[in-house]
Amino acid sequence: MTELVIEVAGLTRTFRKKAGGLLRRTRTDVVAVDDLTFTVEAGAAVGYIGANGAGKSTTIKMLCGILVPTAGSVRTCGLDPVRRRRELARHIGVVFGQRSQLWWDLPLHESFSILAAIHQIPRAEGLSRTARLVEQLEMGDTLDTPVRQLSLGQRMRGEIAAALLHRPRLLVLDEPTIGLDVLSKQRLREFLVAERAEQGTTLLLTTHDMGDVERLCDRVLVVDHGRLAYDGSLPGLAATVGARRVLVVDLAEPGPDLVGLPGATHLGSEGRGLRQRLAFDAEHTTAAALLAEVSARAEVRDLSIEEPDIEDVVRRIYSATR
Amino acid sequence: MADLDTRSEVRPPGPLAPYLAVIRSRLRAQRSYRTSFVLDLLGSFFVGLTEFGEVAVIFHNVTILGGLDFHAILLLFGLSNLAFSLGDMIFGHIDQIPTYVRAGTLEAFYLRPQPILAQLMVSDIQLRRLTRAGVALVALVAGLVLNDIHWGAAAIGLLALSLVSGVAIFGGLFVWAGALQFRLINGAEVTNSFTYGGSYASAQPASVFPTALKLTFGYLVPVVFTAYLPTLRLLGLPGPAGLPSWLAWFTPVAAVWVWVVALVLWRDGTRHYQSGGG
Repeated sequence: MTELVIEVAGLTRTFRKKAGGLLRRTRTDVVAVDDLTFTVEAGAAVGYIGANGAGKSTTIKMLCGILVPTAGSVRTCGLDPVRRRRELARHIGVVFGQRSQLWWDLPLHESFSILAAIHQIPRAEGLSRTARLVEQLEMGDTLDTPVRQLSLGQRMRGEIAAALLHRPRLLVLDEPTIGLDVLSKQRLREFLVAERAEQGTTLLLTTHDMGDVERLCDRVLVVDHGRLAYDGSLPGLAATVGARRVLVVDLAEPGPDLVGLPGATHLGSEGRGLRQRLAFDAEHTTAAALLAEVSARAEVRDLSIEEPDIEDVVRRIYSATR
Repeated sequence: MADLDTRSEVRPPGPLAPYLAVIRSRLRAQRSYRTSFVLDLLGSFFVGLTEFGEVAVIFHNVTILGGLDFHAILLLFGLSNLAFSLGDMIFGHIDQIPTYVRAGTLEAFYLRPQPILAQLMVSDIQLRRLTRAGVALVALVAGLVLNDIHWGAAAIGLLALSLVSGVAIFGGLFVWAGALQFRLINGAEVTNSFTYGGSYASAQPASVFPTALKLTFGYLVPVVFTAYLPTLRLLGLPGPAGLPSWLAWFTPVAAVWVWVVALVLWRDGTRHYQSGGG
């Protein structure tokens, strides 16, 4: 039996909201996470997706021992995260995209040496681990820059290196690619794939970017209004809700609608057929094959691919399962 | 670092290493912004002087306050302010919990393998408060020289005990303040009443307080133990009703009381942390 890194059963968290003045005070309980049950095996890569306010961050904070569950149980790396927070901290690495764990007023490399001391990593090992991460994440030229002067992409690479310094068994990334440009995203994903292959790190990732899930995760959990709405593979998710990518082609000349292409559905045309939108799903064709089909019929000047929108996927799951 | 031998290269650092690394980095950061650090030092120095000016102004008009003359007040002021400024230097930033919450720093502390309170303590030690402590130290030394103190092991022991416990008492009160702010939104107004209010009360001769205040600052928020009781004892005075000066020897008990409450409140606060959005 494979070891379980995350075990969550009936996990619930409510927040008490107080409103009104001193006299007419009303209290309402807002349920952020509602009776979640799931497990994650060691070595898995799980995308945890859902709309804003669906309860993703709340779940993560309970997994790390930051928030105390209202009901249910949670075990991370076999430990109760609240009671054994300090021990757990040695086994997990966490990056909250909107928060920083680096020292903003010090050069980046100092954050790494402080964190190595915080995790009581022997000096030689700390130095070699840092050097390796710096090399893989291509951070060599930013090491002497104070963190507050780093660009978002540079800082995010620093954050991820900081979370991995102590070789955690579980890496939790909360919106790691938010606000990054295409190239930075791509490099970050490549690094994470390589790092996981090398260290066998379990990955839990929340994101709004389907590209992250597609390239990094072998399992998807969809949470909606605090409840688990889907648990399975990404192709399975696409099959359930028909989450398709869309190829947008700009043609050299106006032309008839491109209907009847294998594995694709024509969604619409603009400018008398100058721009056409074709939906396809990964199970039946590839972007390259579809493009070849289109090119056989008309001259393509420009193209773009629209990823399925997570909000849209979640909405469709919600309407499909109710 | 040159003094590291090869064994420490491969051996895991000791339990204090995490704290030392953070403290060293903080001191480096404070020094690297030199102008602002010097201005901070000056500002804190003037805060100390102003505090002392307040006392001096009162004694311009009266010769005895609450049974203490100016020389005795120097001793009281020195003890109280030295303990408070050192407690403030080490623990004072803990009552800034809402700032740490907003900045997300607190969550980073949850993700590290040390107690959160200890991490907070070393995260922002404010060297600039040393100048205020300096003003207090000068007043204390003057008080010790100008007063007729029967010097002996007991007096020296009491002085040392009072200073250490005094720093602990004020530090613990800052922990109360920080812990309560997990539950109170904009609670600084309330918590300032016993941190800064406590500091103010501790520099007054408690004999002038009405009974309710005497009991509050004597036993609940026991700041009279930091300066007033030790001052009475050093001067060989009996103390007012309800606060006999032999209690000065129980200053460590007051410090333990403050810290027991502090740790209970702190545990409750961290468990009820609601976290920011995300």
